[in-house]
Amino acid sequence: MYRTNFRDHLVLIIGSLMMLLPVVVAFTTSTHEAADIHMNGLTLVPGDHFAETYETVLTRQGGFTGKVTGLTMLGNSLILGLGFAIGKIVLSMLAAYAIVYFRFRAATAMFWIIFTTLLLPLEVRILPSYEVMHKLGLINTYTGLIVPLLASATGTFFFRQFFKSVPDELLEAARIDGAGPFKFFIDILVPLSRTMIAAMFIIMFVYGWNQYLWPMLMTNDEGFYTLVRGIKQILIVWVGSQIPDYNEAFAMAVLAMLPPVALVVIFQNWFIKGLTESDK
Amino acid sequence: MKRAQFSSSLLPYLFLAPQLAVIFIFFYWPSAEAIRSSFFLEDPFGFGSTFVGFQNYIDTLTSPEYLGIAAFTALFTVLVTFFSLAAGLLLAVKADKVIRGSSAYKTLLISVYAIAPPVAGLIGMMFFDQHIGPFVRLAALFGWEMKVGLNYWDTTFAMVFVAVWKQIPYNFIFFLSGLQSIPASVLEAAVIDCRNGLRRFWTVLAPLLTPTAFFLLIINFTYALFDTFGVIDVMVKDKAANNPITLTYKVYMDGFRGNDLGGSSAQSVILMVVVLVLTVFQFRFLERRVHYG
Repeated sequence: MYRTNFRDHLVLIIGSLMMLLPVVVAFTTSTHEAADIHMNGLTLVPGDHFAETYETVLTRQGGFTGKVTGLTMLGNSLILGLGFAIGKIVLSMLAAYAIVYFRFRAATAMFWIIFTTLLLPLEVRILPSYEVMHKLGLINTYTGLIVPLLASATGTFFFRQFFKSVPDELLEAARIDGAGPFKFFIDILVPLSRTMIAAMFIIMFVYGWNQYLWPMLMTNDEGFYTLVRGIKQILIVWVGSQIPDYNEAFAMAVLAMLPPVALVVIFQNWFIKGLTESDK
Repeated sequence: MKRAQFSSSLLPYLFLAPQLAVIFIFFYWPSAEAIRSSFFLEDPFGFGSTFVGFQNYIDTLTSPEYLGIAAFTALFTVLVTFFSLAAGLLLAVKADKVIRGSSAYKTLLISVYAIAPPVAGLIGMMFFDQHIGPFVRLAALFGWEMKVGLNYWDTTFAMVFVAVWKQIPYNFIFFLSGLQSIPASVLEAAVIDCRNGLRRFWTVLAPLLTPTAFFLLIINFTYALFDTFGVIDVMVKDKAANNPITLTYKVYMDGFRGNDLGGSSAQSVILMVVVLVLTVFQFRFLERRVHYG
């Protein structure tokens, strides 16, 4: 039907290069020595200092207190990403189940109470959120890092849409067979939602891993730093030095972006499905 | 609503309890607190606060500095939204056309989505670095002496560039899925009626894409307003004084660096109103003019 011509491919190739080259250059440059980068600039040719740069970044004790390593930050990023994704899925599946599958008086009110949160992003209430966290004594805790981020209805909305598309006959049949609310949820609805859960997990993991502003407010103890949170620290150290450690800065950036990018690329079908169906 | 439902008076509340608890403690309480403290002048050393009515709002909205930042935020939002939507649409249209290699292009184009804004900012800083940045060297070839971090407009350029780069994959994904949901019969009829590909795009495809484009417009506005915080924070490197910043960054600066609780809260509430107006605008006005195929 269409004749694909050379120009279409040209646009796509240029677009792909624009998107990907900076990432590739970040990696290749990170495998050179700092002095080398300082003299020759960024490069596309891989160097031969890969192992030592990444080993330094992962294991050297750095920061002001000298106890935080790249590995600690990697671990914290994982905790934040996993904790957020799992918490979000559990909370929102339960809430969506209540809203879709139960007849109770306050259902409409509950719906609005939950979905109002979609209107205001966390960024507009950072300072009062910080005050509240301070009052609750949750500064520098994993709870304080993860739980407040769960206060939004994106996941609930997504599962509500999905539950509504599940045929009514299923519940009717299950009830005839004597299944109660718990049994129906665990034995029928959860297995049925597997794909949806996977899609949600990828999106939420990436979202949690990539958090920056909230961890910055909630944690000043370096033991709680995530990789993304640590980026600022890299720059501060970097500003003051003679020959900045470009290689280490790039290596940190690569570490911070590798897990989420890999997840999105490997599971891209689930990811796209989850994204296009949850936001609409 | 479902035809078949459980009727239990207690169970639904049990299932809703965790979500409600989190929302009340971490959404409604801080939001209410923001509104309350925007009417008070807080003592910076923590010795009580005085009710000042709308004074914080008046101070904020009459401050030339704030208005300058608001103007910059508007410019930044428009530029980021326009360029990332345009690039996303162009790439999606092309990726929808090609058959050979389309999944490879798709993979390459979406991968950047998962990069965190501050990491994107860090990579951007390297590319715009005075010593090692290839973009600075490229600009020098055209006689443009680029000083990102020192020159206001050069920094603006770099920020918009990085923010657009980071957002293209998102727009690409949505435009592509919008294009792919257009029925083949419509496309075939269009081909018979109109030979000119560009004209066919604007008269047939574009109207069918308006719901997607419209949804993305709002998403991109909120992205430029809020999610670019990481990009900006990394790129201005603590020297916000003579660098361009957005309103969200100003809320953070005044609240955490300036210890101005009342002023920062008033700014928070102003931003809340902006977001609410955008949302209402979305539902009331724009949706009516959009063609839903």
